[in-house]
Amino acid sequence: MLRTGLLGYGGGPSVIPLIRHEAVNRYGWMQDDEFGEILALANALPGPIATKMAAYLGYRLKGVSGAVVAVLAHILPTSVAMVALLGFLYALRHSKVVGGMIAAVRPVIVVMLGLMAYEFAVKAGKGLGKGPALFFGALALLLLAAVDVHPAVVVLLALVYGSVHLRVAARIRERRNRGGLGRGGSESEAGGGHGTDGRGEGSGK
Amino acid sequence: MKWWHLFWGFFIANLLGYGGGPSSIPLMQEEIVHHYHWLTNGQFGDVLAVGNALPGPIATKIAAFVGYEIGQWPGFVIALAATVVPSAVGLIACMRLLDRYRQSSAVKGMTLLVQPVIAVMMVLLTWEMGWESIQAIGWLQSLGIAAVALWALTRRNIHPALVIVAAFVYGGVVLSHWV
Repeated sequence: MLRTGLLGYGGGPSVIPLIRHEAVNRYGWMQDDEFGEILALANALPGPIATKMAAYLGYRLKGVSGAVVAVLAHILPTSVAMVALLGFLYALRHSKVVGGMIAAVRPVIVVMLGLMAYEFAVKAGKGLGKGPALFFGALALLLLAAVDVHPAVVVLLALVYGSVHLRVAARIRERRNRGGLGRGGSESEAGGGHGTDGRGEGSGK
Repeated sequence: MKWWHLFWGFFIANLLGYGGGPSSIPLMQEEIVHHYHWLTNGQFGDVLAVGNALPGPIATKIAAFVGYEIGQWPGFVIALAATVVPSAVGLIACMRLLDRYRQSSAVKGMTLLVQPVIAVMMVLLTWEMGWESIQAIGWLQSLGIAAVALWALTRRNIHPALVIVAAFVYGGVVLSHWV
């Protein structure tokens, strides 16, 4: 676990293949499909994914103490390094060289955030379909930027509506199929479908 | 009160960060910068920079540093615990219960619906940070560095940590004469 914590660059999800390698191939703690099962379950819960995996694997092997050891091994080294490095950086903040370093790295971070946004958008488009993803994205933008709703509230709304989304989508499809018998009818039904979407979100509030 | 805020801020941000650490970043930024004013946007950017240059999960690294800034080592422990413990305990405790709901359309729908929202929050965060960078070092430098970084990350597939280190070096050598 210590090694996976150290080797996985770029945030939790990128660590998963490494954890799998250590747990399945190297130490033989479990079979590959069992690992997949646990991963799927961990994804259904919120929070950082890598620490959830570490906690569960540790727990399965050695009980509560195993869970504690696995999580600590996973996060402590880099957490302490983080405090030390940034502390060092900020202690020298007034030097021109460090000031320049900080200023130069900010555009890079902007690009990385932008790329992450793009990845999430692509994932959303694949999962929901382009139209609905755009619709919900626009709705979120409206709430966040124009109405200035707290992000936590917007996420909560998405989760609440999300829990009924697939049922709503299935009903829309069903209705569209029935309307699809007549060509003119299917057009108006598609419009009606969007209305149902809006109402679903409304009842979520 | 300070301790409670630390715990609550990180607890909420990670509880709602559905789909792993990176999706919590905009939520953490909201709590850290806008809500509790622990850091400025610029400082939050520095934390992301160093955090991305170091290996390991990003959410816990952010929590560790902010916790330490606010309340030294007790703060460090509280912020980390708030980030890690609830979901870890949740997974262990609910393993059997979750098994029943994994196939449910409700869970799948929640995972799907949160993605466009996170994407939009990321875009807004990108915009905020970009604007600050432009104000600090001007259009020319900001866009130039951003363009090179984009090229290195997407076209050349250079490792993010290396790109960050390169930016640090460039800043130390060139930008220190500029700002």
